[in-house]
Amino acid sequence: MDFLQPTTWGDALAARAERPDALAIAGGTDVMVDLNFDRRRPGALLDLTRIAELREWATDGDAVRLGAGVPYARVITDLGTQLPGLAMAARTVGSPQIRARGTVGGNLGSASPAGDAHPPLLAAGAQVEVASAARGARRVPVAEFYTGVKRSVLAPDELIAAVLVPRAAGPQQFCKVGTRNAMVIAVSAFALALHPDRHAVGTGIGSAAPTPRRAPEAEEFLAGELDWASRGPLPGTVAAEFGQRVAAAASPIDDVRGTAAYRRHSLAVMARRAATWAWDDLRRAA
Amino acid sequence: MRVVTTVNGTEQVADDVWPGESLLYLLRERLGLPGAKNACEQGECGSCTVHLDGEPVCACLVAAGQAIGRSVTTVEGLSGADGLHPVQQAFVEAGAVQCGFCTPGLVVMASDLLARVPRPTDPEIREALAGNLCRCTGYEKILDAVRLAASRQARP
Repeated sequence: MDFLQPTTWGDALAARAERPDALAIAGGTDVMVDLNFDRRRPGALLDLTRIAELREWATDGDAVRLGAGVPYARVITDLGTQLPGLAMAARTVGSPQIRARGTVGGNLGSASPAGDAHPPLLAAGAQVEVASAARGARRVPVAEFYTGVKRSVLAPDELIAAVLVPRAAGPQQFCKVGTRNAMVIAVSAFALALHPDRHAVGTGIGSAAPTPRRAPEAEEFLAGELDWASRGPLPGTVAAEFGQRVAAAASPIDDVRGTAAYRRHSLAVMARRAATWAWDDLRRAA
Repeated sequence: MRVVTTVNGTEQVADDVWPGESLLYLLRERLGLPGAKNACEQGECGSCTVHLDGEPVCACLVAAGQAIGRSVTTVEGLSGADGLHPVQQAFVEAGAVQCGFCTPGLVVMASDLLARVPRPTDPEIREALAGNLCRCTGYEKILDAVRLAASRQARP
C-alpha cells in the first residue's frame, strides 16, 4: 500500500486520476475502521488532510461554501447561525473525538443513508462541488448526489471539493432517534428548513431509505397550508398530516438498529414536532 | 514508510511503517507508549484518545502517515516532573479507577475539558466524556473526579 499525501488540490486531483486503486481519507472515521477490521485493502491511501483549502469555509453569495475537510467541530463553532440545521446535526455526530476529525465531505464520500449531515443538506437545498483533473469542477444538487446504499454520482477520478449550503432564510430543525444521545448511528433522522423568502419548505430523511432523500409531496403540502402572510398558528392536524406524508416518503427496512415500522412511526413524530418548532420560531421572530 | 512526528515534545522517527497503520499502533507498538489503549478500533470507546495538534482524537482513527510533522500528546505526556497531572490525582483520590483500561482516555478527555472550560457544568462534563466508555465504575466516580479536579483548578 502507498501513502499519497498531496499538499495542493491540483496534485490531489492528479493523484486521484492516476491511482484508481487509491482510497481517499480525510478524518478517517469511516476509512480507518475499514482498514482496522481488514474490510478494505486499497492500493493506496490518498490523504487529503494537507490541502489547506479543503479545511476552509467562506461566504459564496447567498450560500456558505464549506470545504470538504472542515470537521464537524468547526461547523458547530463557526456556522451555527448561518447553517443552523447542519450545525444541529453536527452536534449529534459521534463524540467530541469524532467531531474533531469527521467531515461533511467524508459523510458525502461515504454516502451512508445514516450519515447525519445528509438530511439538513437536503432540507437546505445544498449543492455538492466535485472535481476531476480531466473535466474540472461540477456542482451536483445534493438530492441527486446519492444513488444507492453507500453510492453516489462521484466518478472514480473525482474528489469532493466542497458543499455549497444556502444560508438559512428561516428556522431549521434536526431530529435524530437513537439509543442514547452520543455515539449513535441514527435509527432514523429528519431535517426541516423553512424558506419564508419563497414560501417553501425543505425536508431531509435519514436512515429510512436506501439513500438520504427528501419528502417532496410533504414539502408542498406544508408550504401550501402554512399561513405565510399573517403567520397564524400551525393547526395540530396539519402538523400531524405533514408527519404522515413524511413517513410515507420513506422506504425503511428492518435491521439491527430498528424496524421499518418504528422508523416510519418515528419519522411521523419527528416531522410533526420539527414543523411545529420551526413554525413557532418563525412566528416568534415576526 | 518513514513517519517523523513529535510525541510528548520529542521528535520520534519510525521506519517501515505500513501505510494503512493507525497512529495508535505506531504509538503502542513502535514507539513504546502503551498508555493509549487498544480496544474497539472503531472510535466507539475513546480508550485510545490522544491530542493531535491540540485536538482530542481517537488514535485508532488517525492513519500513522497523517501524523507526519504533527504534534501528538499522549497520556504519558500529561504528568510532569512534579508528579501526576491534577486530573490524574483527582481520579486516584475519587476512586475513579477500577480496572483502569478506560482511564488514560478519560484522563486525556477530562484534561482537555478543564483546559477549555475551567468550571464545567455536569452536562458539559457528560458531553465531553460521552465518547469514552467505562464498564466498571458506572461513571459516578469519574464525574466526581472531574468535579474535584475542576474545583482545585478554580482555586486561586
